[in-house]
Amino acid sequence: MNVTKRMGILRFATAGSVDDGKSTLIGRLLYDSKSIFEDQLAAVERTSAERGEEYADLALLTDGLRAEREQGITIDVAYRYFATPRRSFVIADTPGHLQYTRNMVTGASGADLAIVLVDARKGVLEQSRRHAFLTTLLRVPHLVVAVNKMDLVGYDEAGYERIKDEFTAFATRLDIGDLTFVPISALHGDNVVERSVNMPWYDGPSLLHHLEHVHIVSDRNLIDVRFPVQYVIRPHKSDDPGLHDYRGYAGQVAGGVLRPGDEVVHLGSGLTTTITHIDGPDGPVPEAFPPMSVTLRLADDIDISRGDMIARPNNRPETAQDLEAMVCWLTADRPLSPRMKLLVKHTTSTAKALVKELRYRLDVNTLHRDEHAGGLELNEVGRISLRVTRPLFVDDYARNRLTGAFILIDEATNATVGAGMIIGPRSGR
Amino acid sequence: MRTTHLLSQLEILEAESIQIIREIVAEFERPVLLFSGGKDSVVLLRLVEKAFRPAPIPCPVMHVDTGHNFPEVLAFRDRRVAELEVRLVVASVQESIDQGRVTEETGRRASRNRLQTTTLLDAIERHRFDAAFGGARRDEEKARAKERVVSFRDEFGQWDPKSQRPELWNLFNTRIRQAEHVRVFPLSNWTELDVWEYIRRDGLELPSIYFAHPRTVFERDGMLLDDNPYAHRDDDEPAFEARVRYRTVGDASCTGAVMSTAATLAEVIEEIQVTRVSERGQTRADDRSGEAAMEDRKKEGYF
Ligand SMILES: Nc1nc2c(ncn2[C@@H]2O[C@H](COP(=O)(O)OP(=O)(O)O)[C@@H](O)[C@H]2O)c(=O)[nH]1
Repeated sequence: MNVTKRMGILRFATAGSVDDGKSTLIGRLLYDSKSIFEDQLAAVERTSAERGEEYADLALLTDGLRAEREQGITIDVAYRYFATPRRSFVIADTPGHLQYTRNMVTGASGADLAIVLVDARKGVLEQSRRHAFLTTLLRVPHLVVAVNKMDLVGYDEAGYERIKDEFTAFATRLDIGDLTFVPISALHGDNVVERSVNMPWYDGPSLLHHLEHVHIVSDRNLIDVRFPVQYVIRPHKSDDPGLHDYRGYAGQVAGGVLRPGDEVVHLGSGLTTTITHIDGPDGPVPEAFPPMSVTLRLADDIDISRGDMIARPNNRPETAQDLEAMVCWLTADRPLSPRMKLLVKHTTSTAKALVKELRYRLDVNTLHRDEHAGGLELNEVGRISLRVTRPLFVDDYARNRLTGAFILIDEATNATVGAGMIIGPRSGR
Repeated sequence: MRTTHLLSQLEILEAESIQIIREIVAEFERPVLLFSGGKDSVVLLRLVEKAFRPAPIPCPVMHVDTGHNFPEVLAFRDRRVAELEVRLVVASVQESIDQGRVTEETGRRASRNRLQTTTLLDAIERHRFDAAFGGARRDEEKARAKERVVSFRDEFGQWDPKSQRPELWNLFNTRIRQAEHVRVFPLSNWTELDVWEYIRRDGLELPSIYFAHPRTVFERDGMLLDDNPYAHRDDDEPAFEARVRYRTVGDASCTGAVMSTAATLAEVIEEIQVTRVSERGQTRADDRSGEAAMEDRKKEGYF
């Protein structure tokens, strides 16, 4: 096995209510993919024995902090890593309690896929709906509903189908790109890595097989060229005349494909120029696309600095000072309320902003919109309008997760207090 | 020509790390790169180099010197620093001891590992560094799995795992007040194997102790320690010759070697792929003192 040949990384988030078997599932994936070392397993076996359990509780593999071990719950997002010969995986393990919407949103923000666990005995709960909704709010392209504990319902097909129907009915109200169901037993391993002999009626792939094969390369936006300028590289080496005039604009491609020779526009000046070179980490490259970090060199001397954007003359992001956005509030310090002043960090620019209006608060369980809400508390989601002190170069979050996202920072505490997803239209209403 | 626009795993990790590094250097005034000479910091140094090419590395490099180093590692450090023409800051644990900032541990298991925290925090304060790059990875250890890429430290240098800033997308909150700082971990999402594969792909040089070599060692707590004056070998701990290599590089008093015949990078990678013991479990006495050893040290301000 040679990891340089293994293509790509799948980042996925897991969500489920307490005791749905999330930790057991993650433990099983790590264990069956041989990502657990002997000393780590020995520690789990020791702890399980001390607690009087008869088998090694794989869920213990994922308990990170002391407070979590003491309370027997997961508090914070944890990241886990495993690999198969086909793919590498990064799991954002997010706790399931109601009060941890904030963690789910965090874990889902960078995820290609989300697994929502449902207990086969309990069926689709309010929490399952919430998890599915948050997945779509964050535009995670792929959703897998893992119906767990099938062993406890006698591997019954009818029960599984009922859950599937109920979930599908709910899902039609959401904008889910790709929805897959897998009946599993995380404890016994059915349909986790290998297809289960206990469920011959199920003809889909095992969960891991699905994770290994789900098609994610086209989830990126390769159409709209977006290059937020992160840093201007000017070597200032007087002893090397070749570098004297070097001026490169460093950044990570947020959308589209760039090539030397392409005509581009600089925002905000609106001036157009041509890409002469693209320098990758190891030298010039013929093209750049997400998520590459590169440095652009341009034909003309334009005054470009961090926070600016490079796009195509005929395909530009919107230049906006008034934003409409869905926001998830991440702090208990104080609620989001109209007239509040905050900092917005969007791509590589940071600006002061004013919350003009809270249009509605969304009940994440029922999707009911409360248009009379006065504020958003921790873990609450709503739609706001925001006035920013200077123009940002934005896209709809649905079109581009990188140029459509922002975080909100409280200047008084420097805490990250909100996660925002831009939606159109952005009129100054 | 790549028509499908695919990147390999290492290319994706590299791009992500470079984005983080540029973001920090753009937003902080006095960043510093912590460099131990170990394999992770070798990769990190390389990434920082690539992030700003053809400009020189825009920040100094700092080594926290316990005084209990492997000489091979110090020699390597000095050579790399000279090649890259970066400024090296050495923060010395011995100086912290001499100044009475910390007291040397005594006894057989005495180590300067924990003392490093004070030396590190003092140096950050003295040089007014506001961001310190480290090579830690989340796959190393349970407490690290929960740490942010940009990890906030209060004015005492402490980490509070319960009030970490949420990190969404590739947007990092870099706001701090006077006397606070952040630790930044661009290799957060790399695994041990990724690091080795990258070293191979880029042909990076490592200190020689990473490859199998003869060494006088002795066994303690199931670990092979180098028979040096700092390890305080006891009479009931017989020394012997063995062919070993190191999987991590830390303080010579508590970093264990593993028996190995792997003398080349390819051989080391082959061994790592089949090993069944974690990097820290096998080679770091400092992590074995209880389930929460790393968490406790991190809260105090450790790397
Ligand atoms: N019978 C059965 N029990 C399971 C299964 N998955 C998890 N459990 C048990 O359900 C309980 C809660 O699981 P855990 O993984 O800790 O749930 P979490 O709170 O979602 O992380 C534990 O006692 C598990 O052993 C399963 O597929 N079948």
